[in-house]
Amino acid sequence: MLAIKFLIPEIFLSISIFSLLMIGVFIKNSFEIIYRLSLFVIILIILIILSGDSESIKIFSESFTIDRFSLYSKILILISTFFVLLMSKKYIVDIKNNKFEYPIIILLSILGMFIMVSSNDLILFYMGLELQSLALYILASIDRDNIKSSEAGVKYFVLSALSSGLLLYGCSLIYGFTGSTNFEEIANSKDFNVGTIFGMVFILVGLAFKVSAVPFHMWTPDVYQGSPTSVTSFFSVVPKAAGIAIFIKFMYLPFRDVLNQWQYILVFMSIASMILGAVAAIGQTNIKRLMAYSSIGHIGYAIAGIAAGTENGFKSTLIYISIYIVMNIGAFACILLMKRDGKYVEEIEELSGVSKNHPMMSFGLLIILFSLAGIPPLAGFFAKFYIFMAVIESEMYTLAIIGLVTTVLSAFYYIRIIKIMYFDEPKKPFEKFVDYKIHGPIVLSCVLLVSFFIYPSILNEIVSNISIF
Amino acid sequence: MFFDFLLEYLSIAIFLFIALALSIGFIAVNFAFSPKNPDPEKLSAYECGFEAFDSARSEFDVRFYLVAILFIIFDLEIAFLFPWSVSLGNIGLLGFYSMMIFLFILTIGFIYEWKKGALEWE
Repeated sequence: MLAIKFLIPEIFLSISIFSLLMIGVFIKNSFEIIYRLSLFVIILIILIILSGDSESIKIFSESFTIDRFSLYSKILILISTFFVLLMSKKYIVDIKNNKFEYPIIILLSILGMFIMVSSNDLILFYMGLELQSLALYILASIDRDNIKSSEAGVKYFVLSALSSGLLLYGCSLIYGFTGSTNFEEIANSKDFNVGTIFGMVFILVGLAFKVSAVPFHMWTPDVYQGSPTSVTSFFSVVPKAAGIAIFIKFMYLPFRDVLNQWQYILVFMSIASMILGAVAAIGQTNIKRLMAYSSIGHIGYAIAGIAAGTENGFKSTLIYISIYIVMNIGAFACILLMKRDGKYVEEIEELSGVSKNHPMMSFGLLIILFSLAGIPPLAGFFAKFYIFMAVIESEMYTLAIIGLVTTVLSAFYYIRIIKIMYFDEPKKPFEKFVDYKIHGPIVLSCVLLVSFFIYPSILNEIVSNISIF
Repeated sequence: MFFDFLLEYLSIAIFLFIALALSIGFIAVNFAFSPKNPDPEKLSAYECGFEAFDSARSEFDVRFYLVAILFIIFDLEIAFLFPWSVSLGNIGLLGFYSMMIFLFILTIGFIYEWKKGALEWE
């Protein structure tokens, strides 16, 4: 019974979801109050986690771990959700989608991610994953009168259900061959035979789908483009952080002794994602689609860190995904500012000459895009730098060289947007409004990206204390 | 060792094979020896002696679907409650409270759907 006290964040989150649902359904027009309460709940959980102690402990017959790794992932998930929710308010009201369920579904998906990143057991892992995914399907199609949004939801649901099926099949194979669902016992099982490797590959397929790594990326551009922009910003940040966290956990805990089996799969996925992210984004005209390909490329770099197979490898991936979150929140906040004549626009062409009318916004986007392209001294450069350091330490020179080449390739389409913003003919200005909920995240993101190089050891110090062994 | 493991499934494989052979065999025999002399009356759709009025694939109200889904949730709840009540003596307080929490969550959902008007037919 004492174990309950380690579950306080999860229990608090569940109880708040129930209460918010009841408040929302009993009060008329309750979007405003539910929205504020949800933000408040997120802040409270951050405080609860930060005030708790960070000792490693396994509870419920070792199926649930609380350690620095899971706590770090949870804080990352909470902070990014907070900013995504903060900046999506104006958009969701403008497209008349201010249903009170919106923040509640987001909270539900965070609950799923919490269970997922803490799980130490295949069953608990799968339960968390499904709770998260079910909430995401609803989010993708939340703008249900819009045909694109419904299409995105259905597409995401069908493909994701298929990948969940594959993942579950892998879990069942692993249970069949090792006789346990516990990560620790799977790692310790002596006979790691063909069947187990087979199961591991199926689990890898499912995980790669969830983080949209090539060759399981097909859903990403359509879902990103079809969903409302606020939901896209959520998709591109929060599930990615949780997905990469559980990816690391799978590779370094149950499958740590078969490094030679999964390393090549990961190297392939990483190279393919980096190349596709760099090449396919060049021809895009829709900025949300472009961000989808950009996120595929970034996941490629993150997986390169995991593929290194060393402690430095997964730590560099954690740093990478943290900086990626900062950049993407800023980029999507800028996209949420693209509103003209009462309608949100998504074409890259619409940004043409925007620097004349909105110098501050375009300067912010300039910093974020340079950082996404990995140009020093911005934080995006350091993120890639740590990844390539870890990769070279493991003597995987081909991966490092291909990564560097694709970095240069992908710089092309980021800089093309900057060229369109600064050197093309100005169009009609966007609607001018000052909303600290959107401008705040842009400013914060830019400040973090620019000032990261002054004192990079803050993030390094936090991450270097993390271990999952 | 791997082969031994598969050997345990041999009886199932034989069973599947016989089942498959039998079912395909019956259909094939039926197909081969049945008398075939069709005429227009035999080929037409039969509906109480009349010509079919319209396509059987008509639209129906989406509310049927909603009610069916809500029914499934509570049907599943009963499926959980039966084994729980039978084994309550063995699973102790933890089992009891687990089910109470489950029922509580289900009630929250029920209140939500009621207030949302999903149960009203109009």
